[in-house]
Amino acid sequence: MTWEMVIGLEVHCELASATKLFCGCRNAFGDEPNTNICPICLGLPGSLPVLNAQAVELAMRIGTALHCEIRPSSFARKNYFYPDQAKDYQISQYDEPLNAGGWLELPDGFRVGVTRAHMEEDTGKLTHVGEGGRINSAHHALVDYNRSGVPLVEIVSEPDMRSSAQARDYAAELRGILMATGASDGRMEEGSMRVDANVSLRPAGTTAFGTRCEIKNLNSLRSLGRAIEYEAARQMALLESGERVDQETRHWDEAAGRTEPMRSKEEANDYRYFPEPDLVPLVPDAAWQERVRAAMGPMPADRRAALSALFGDTALGAQADQIRAVVDLGLDTMVEQAVGAGVPAALALARAANELAAEGDRGRALPIGSFVTLVEMEAKGELSATQAKAVLRAAVADVERDPRQLAREMGFEALGADTLATAVADVIAAHPDEWARYMSGEDKLAGYFINEVMTATANKANGKEVAAELRRLRD
Amino acid sequence: MSEGTEPGHHARRTPGKLSPEEVVHVAALARLALTDAEVELFTAQLRTVLDHAADVAALDLSHLAPTAHPLPVANALRPDEPRPSLDREEVLAAAPSVEDNRFRVPRIGAPAP
Amino acid sequence: MSDGTMGAVELAAAVRSGARSARAVTEEALAAVAARDDELHCFLRVLGDEALEQADAVDAAVARGQDPGPLAGVPVGLKDNLCTRGIPTTCASRILDGWRPPYDATVVRMLRQAGAIAVGKTNMDEFAMGSSTENSAFGPTRNPHGRDRVPGGSSGGSAAAVAAGFTPIGLGSDTGGSIRQPAALCGVVGMKPTYGRVSRYGLVAFASSLDQIGPFATTVEDAALLFDVIAGHDPLDSTSLPYPSPPTFESTGAGSEGVRVGVCTDLIDGCAPDVVARVREAADALSAAGAKVEEIRIPELAYGLSAYYLIAPAEASSNLARYDGVRYGLRVDAEDAAAMNTATRTAGFGAEVKRRIMLGTYALSAGYYDAYYAQAQRVRTLVLEAFARAYASCDVLLGATAPTTAFALGEKVDDPMAMYMNDVCTIPSNLAGHPALSVPFGTGGDGLPIGVQVLAPALAEGLLFQVARVVEAAAPSPTRGAGQ
Repeated sequence: MTWEMVIGLEVHCELASATKLFCGCRNAFGDEPNTNICPICLGLPGSLPVLNAQAVELAMRIGTALHCEIRPSSFARKNYFYPDQAKDYQISQYDEPLNAGGWLELPDGFRVGVTRAHMEEDTGKLTHVGEGGRINSAHHALVDYNRSGVPLVEIVSEPDMRSSAQARDYAAELRGILMATGASDGRMEEGSMRVDANVSLRPAGTTAFGTRCEIKNLNSLRSLGRAIEYEAARQMALLESGERVDQETRHWDEAAGRTEPMRSKEEANDYRYFPEPDLVPLVPDAAWQERVRAAMGPMPADRRAALSALFGDTALGAQADQIRAVVDLGLDTMVEQAVGAGVPAALALARAANELAAEGDRGRALPIGSFVTLVEMEAKGELSATQAKAVLRAAVADVERDPRQLAREMGFEALGADTLATAVADVIAAHPDEWARYMSGEDKLAGYFINEVMTATANKANGKEVAAELRRLRD
Repeated sequence: MSEGTEPGHHARRTPGKLSPEEVVHVAALARLALTDAEVELFTAQLRTVLDHAADVAALDLSHLAPTAHPLPVANALRPDEPRPSLDREEVLAAAPSVEDNRFRVPRIGAPAP
Repeated sequence: MSDGTMGAVELAAAVRSGARSARAVTEEALAAVAARDDELHCFLRVLGDEALEQADAVDAAVARGQDPGPLAGVPVGLKDNLCTRGIPTTCASRILDGWRPPYDATVVRMLRQAGAIAVGKTNMDEFAMGSSTENSAFGPTRNPHGRDRVPGGSSGGSAAAVAAGFTPIGLGSDTGGSIRQPAALCGVVGMKPTYGRVSRYGLVAFASSLDQIGPFATTVEDAALLFDVIAGHDPLDSTSLPYPSPPTFESTGAGSEGVRVGVCTDLIDGCAPDVVARVREAADALSAAGAKVEEIRIPELAYGLSAYYLIAPAEASSNLARYDGVRYGLRVDAEDAAAMNTATRTAGFGAEVKRRIMLGTYALSAGYYDAYYAQAQRVRTLVLEAFARAYASCDVLLGATAPTTAFALGEKVDDPMAMYMNDVCTIPSNLAGHPALSVPFGTGGDGLPIGVQVLAPALAEGLLFQVARVVEAAAPSPTRGAGQ
């Protein structure tokens, strides 16, 4: 039998607000344990939550970018005991989410439905101590509440995806959107974006859903793809041998390359949701929604379209991939400005998608002006491709430095015709008396000017070319 | 999504007579341990309260929306401005057990539900 | 002992003018507590040094010619569910024994700014669950009018401290009647404000959508003065009303001329005959003072009790989950975290708290939510609509506060339902979020105080105090100064 994969993703995104969702503690990653805590995020008796306006705004940006309806919403309490949960309940939007009913378009045009994108608070961080730090065998655990109350938006997709590649595309595109809205830094490795996958199989050509498993602990796009493939294979083996798939939550073990069931207590699933009485309804009016919409920059799809337009109809397959990479990394503005300065689009795109992208975060930090200067130099033949790449690496390593200066120090710069003409003109302007004498027939002054230009260009100019330029100007 | 996280309508059960088993289950959910005598006593006492509530449970109020807040207030928001956090030493001094500037608890054993 | 008979208004005036020092007033209050509270047990903790330090600050302000605040030098008892920075706040529970909050409740801060002197943390039913203060883990409070009687609850300590003359004013919290019922049983004034008038920040939650902090006093005037000090918007409480609370103390004199008073038979039926008689007399007094009095029926209020005993325990079951032995308070160790939670909570909570946590957990648990919790929230709507109809023809309502006078210690501890019935007249105002007040009005055949309850629509505290003053003026015998 042929089986079809059915995949839905739940993505938790930490919002990039300055403070936590319900208190004024700093929302920061990596601080000393228990330094960003107060009565509210520590769940001290008598404390009360007050909603962060900026977190709401960021959540609305996400909803807007995902074409959701932004609706009157409210918060509920999800009750369960766990030591990383300061109040032993989580404040989360339940039956009245802020954003509902949207979609996300993959780069290939396929649309994945977005069921909802709701707000909730994060938990503290647990460290299991002893016996390799594993939850089941550890001796004890330690709790750091710095992350307690950090604002999250959980984006729940419809079960619309049919392959692990599509799931990866969805997660990558969503990550790009989250970053483009400014809602999140999208760092999966720091937990800013966490993905859970619901995977089930059904006979190809049928419409009823099979029994699904939820896979947690997917810390990278690569893990996401591998885990889905593993899980689909596991379920297929069960189904083919006539066994059934149990609905359960499974943990992805990256090192072992497999999913394993997570055992939780029998009481675990009765969360006893009820409306959070300490908060009042959140009702964003049309004016607020419009302000949010107006303040949003272009989304990755728009930006890809803008870059593609620079190529007219000729964007080839390789270039489409480069465009996607450049937009994902937020390097598209550099390419656009370089093209605006007259650099061929393919060259600017290639340098951004290959050399700059390879530098990661440091690449993003390169000043746009430096990038434009560099690709201009290459375009004019002042630098060979090899030289240009080397100077680019040097410029990324020290973003304060001027690439021209770097190229000179690296001994790469040959003066282009324009540069030479500029240098000659500068020297003439600085010595008007000598120039007047040369113009009136004192040919021996040519040597004087050549000498001056050589000094001004640090001997990079070609003496014969300078002489030719001087004659051209006189005649 | 596990069943418990599925947003939407709660499954509806018709309340019957509270059983001792339900009392034990509820106590476990609430992280309380009861002696057999307490199970018996609480079962009887909670039944009395729930019997009294039967008049309310029997009303047809389907035409009314539930009231979660007595007064209509909405959009209580605060600006995204940092405020001072508590002194860590003071907070940890109140904790039953501390290690390495963190709250220490016995092993957890099971993942979060 | 003279301050016990001097009201907050007079006392503050004397301190503000320099006629009396805040220190002397405070020392007298502390001396009275030291002499007589062993017997009554109004206080879980007396704040000797802290109170004198605060009194000296008030006196220094007076000496410098600065305004020491409207409650300058007035001793006040704080229910022990109000957070006080660095001072143990126990909610009369073992589970919080020894916990010192690292912050002050908003009302505590406001009282200090107003010059009031917190002389102690008062006894209460554990986590405010009860109607007799017998559910305190640290022993019951006795009624100053009869040592074998309960003071009511849950704010029994603050009520009894005012009745005993220890403090002219006190703060309590009222979730289902926990200010008004003990006020009635102790013969003092007790008032529950409109939900959202007074910040709940720093009030250890029982049932968040019902809890309100409010004043105890010997007179309506003093209650209004204290209410004005603690009322107002607080950005730290999302449910705080986002507009100022108009002053009630200076703008409302006594008066009921033309006021339409509805005597609500549903808040009288089933009460003891003495109680019914006093409410009728109070209605007559209002009529004599020019009010238009008529009877009104609001049968929907009968559903209030059941709805309350689903909503309040449900919210409480969630609010009290945090007492898990991880971050503060009691811990009883066990082999794993879940077992530690269970051991801690089992040892730390008393029987009534466990009962309500289980009731609330059950009401919220899978399958029963619609039948119990959601249905109770619909009853809330029903009660709100019924009140709205009543207030179309009345300005205020009159009824009993408690069905009986103070009952004997131990009489109802083994019968939760009988204990819950004490709240039957007070609960509707909590469900609706409306203000209501109990004012002493004579005694029963047993010589114990009876309170008459005045109810008003949301935000109408000014009218509530105004009508209550008329009732107070007509009260047959003063009950003030009990226990002296």
